[in-house]
Amino acid sequence: MIGWGKMGKTIAEKILSNHAGRDLKAGEIAICDVDFCFGQDGTSSIIIDSFNKLGLKKVFDRSKFYMVIDHSAPSPNIGVSEIHKKMRNFAKTYDVGMYDIGCGVCHQLIPQKGHVTCGDVVLGADSHTCTYGAINVFSTGVGSTDLAITLASGKNWFRVPETIKVTVSGKLPKGVYSKDVILHIIKQIGSNGATYKSVEFYGDTVTAMSVDARLTISNMAVEMGAKVGLMEADDKVLKWVKEHSSKEPKSVKADPDARYVAVKSYDVSNLVPQVAKPHAVDNVSDVTQLLDVKIDQAFVGTCTNGRLEDLEVAANILKGKSVHPDVKFVIAPASKEIYLQAVKKGLVGTFVKSGCTVLGPGCGPCVGTHNGVLADGEVAISTANRNFKGRMGNPNSFIYLASPATVAASALKGRIADPREFKKRL
Amino acid sequence: MKSRKKHYARRLKTTDNINTDYVISGRYKFKIQDPKELAKHIFEDIDPDFAARVQEGDILVAGENFGCGSSREQAPQALKSAGFYAVAAKSFARIFYRNAFNIGLMLVECNTDFIDDGNELEIDVEKGKIRDVGKGLIFDVKPIPPTMKKLLDDGGVVEHFKKYGGFKFEQV
Repeated sequence: MIGWGKMGKTIAEKILSNHAGRDLKAGEIAICDVDFCFGQDGTSSIIIDSFNKLGLKKVFDRSKFYMVIDHSAPSPNIGVSEIHKKMRNFAKTYDVGMYDIGCGVCHQLIPQKGHVTCGDVVLGADSHTCTYGAINVFSTGVGSTDLAITLASGKNWFRVPETIKVTVSGKLPKGVYSKDVILHIIKQIGSNGATYKSVEFYGDTVTAMSVDARLTISNMAVEMGAKVGLMEADDKVLKWVKEHSSKEPKSVKADPDARYVAVKSYDVSNLVPQVAKPHAVDNVSDVTQLLDVKIDQAFVGTCTNGRLEDLEVAANILKGKSVHPDVKFVIAPASKEIYLQAVKKGLVGTFVKSGCTVLGPGCGPCVGTHNGVLADGEVAISTANRNFKGRMGNPNSFIYLASPATVAASALKGRIADPREFKKRL
Repeated sequence: MKSRKKHYARRLKTTDNINTDYVISGRYKFKIQDPKELAKHIFEDIDPDFAARVQEGDILVAGENFGCGSSREQAPQALKSAGFYAVAAKSFARIFYRNAFNIGLMLVECNTDFIDDGNELEIDVEKGKIRDVGKGLIFDVKPIPPTMKKLLDDGGVVEHFKKYGGFKFEQV
C-alpha cells in the first residue's frame, strides 16, 4: 500500500488513489486504471456497438474483459438469440473470454472464477456490480458505452464518492439472515439515500457472516443509490479470495480518522424477517404484517441469493414437504459449480421432490424475459433485489422480496409466511 | 448553448424514483435493438399513452432520483431517440447520469415542482436558468459540471475519445 497524504481516507478514497497514481479525496474527478471489466447479455450489444464506433482493432487487455450470457439464458426469442450470436462473434473476433449459457450469473462468476481480488477497481455493465464490495473490491455498475471506453483504454473517469459508514451489531436471531439486514437498512436509508456515495459496512453482525452472506449485502447497496458497498477484508475474505483467485490481494482498510458524510448504526439482535413490498425496494415491512398475502409464485436464485448456502436454507425448509398446490416454485442456482454442489448435497433432489422447477444456472425470471413470467394479478415472492412494477415481465403483477427462508416457507404455505414457524428446520 | 427551438414540458404522472425499468421495460430491451423502436415503448408500464404524446424537442420533466435501478443504456438512448432535448429533474441516479452524458443527452437539475405538462420552456445552460414562458417563472438550474459539459459539446464520450484519443478534461 502506498501512503497517500496526511488526511484520513475511506476505503473508496484509498483504492481510487491507488488506481489514479495520485492523492484523491471525495468530490474530486480522476482517471483511474481498471483491473477488470465485463458485460452481460442485456448490455453487451451496445458495448460492442460503441466499441466498434471507436474504430479500434483490439481491446486494451484481453485477459481483463469477459462477457456473460446470464440474463436470458438460454434465449427465449429470436431477438435475444441475435444478441447472443453477436456476443459470441465478438468474443471470437477479439479473442476475449465468455461465459455462455449454463455458466451462471455474472456477479457469482466474476469473483468465484477469480477475476477480481481485494483492492481492485472493477467496472461492470450491470448495476449490481457493487456485489464484490463485500470482498474489498471497488466495483461499480456503468452503462455500455462507459464499459466500451474502458474496454478500449483500460481506464475510465471516476468521481471519488463521499462515504456513509454503517455499523451493524448484534447476533442475528434464528430465521433472520443477511437479506433481512440489508432490507432493513434500505428501509431506513431509502432508495435515494446513498446516491453517488460509497457505503462501508462494519460491525460484529457483518464479521460473523460468511462471505456468501456478505455478498448479499453489498449486492443491494445500489438499491439505496450507492456506487459501491464496501467491506474490509478480514481473514474470512482473504481465505476466500485465495481459494478462488491467483491474483495477489491488496486489501485496503479505512483510516481511523477517515471522513464520513453520515454514520449510522443498527442493532439487529431483535430483527424479524423483512419483506419488501410492491413496487419499491425500500417499501419494507416485518413479515408478520404480511401473513395474509396469498402468493402464486416463489423464486430462489439471482446474484442476491442464488448461492449454495441460500439453496441449503431453502432445501432444509422444504425437505420431505410439498410446495403448496397453488404455488409455482422456481429455483435457479447462481453458477454451474453451485448447481453441481447442490446436486451432490442432495438439494436438487429435495427441490424436485417437493415440486420445484430447477432451472439451469443464470438470472432466471428476475428480469422478466423468461422462465416464469407472471400473469395479470399474480403475486410472486422472490429472493431477487428488485420488485419494480413489471420487473418480472408483467406490469400487472406484484413482487415481494425476501430471504430464501421466507420464500421457501411462503411456498409451502401458499401465502407469505414467517420462516420462524419452521424453527426446527432453520 | 442557448437553444432557439421551442421546447415543451412533458411531465410524468409520477415523478419521483422513476427507475430505468420504467423508462424502458426489460421485456423490450432484450428483444428490440433499434432505439427508434424502443422509443415507442418508453414509460409504458407506468403511463401507457405517454410515448405517443412526445414531440421532437420536448423536455422530460421528473422529480427526485430519476433513472435509478438498472444500468441499461437503452433508457437514455430511447429517450434521446424519442426526441427529448433534455431531461429536467430534481436529482438523477448515478449510472443513468453518466450514461446520458456519454451518449449526448443533456440532464438538468432544478426544482421541477411548478413545471406543468405542456408548458413552453426556455432553457439557458450558460446562465443556469429554465424559464416557464406561460407562467413567466424562472428556475435556477444546477450548473452542469465541466467534465459533463465537455462530453456534451463533443457529442458524447465516443466522439470525445475519437477526437482526442483518450480523455481530455481540463481539471484532471
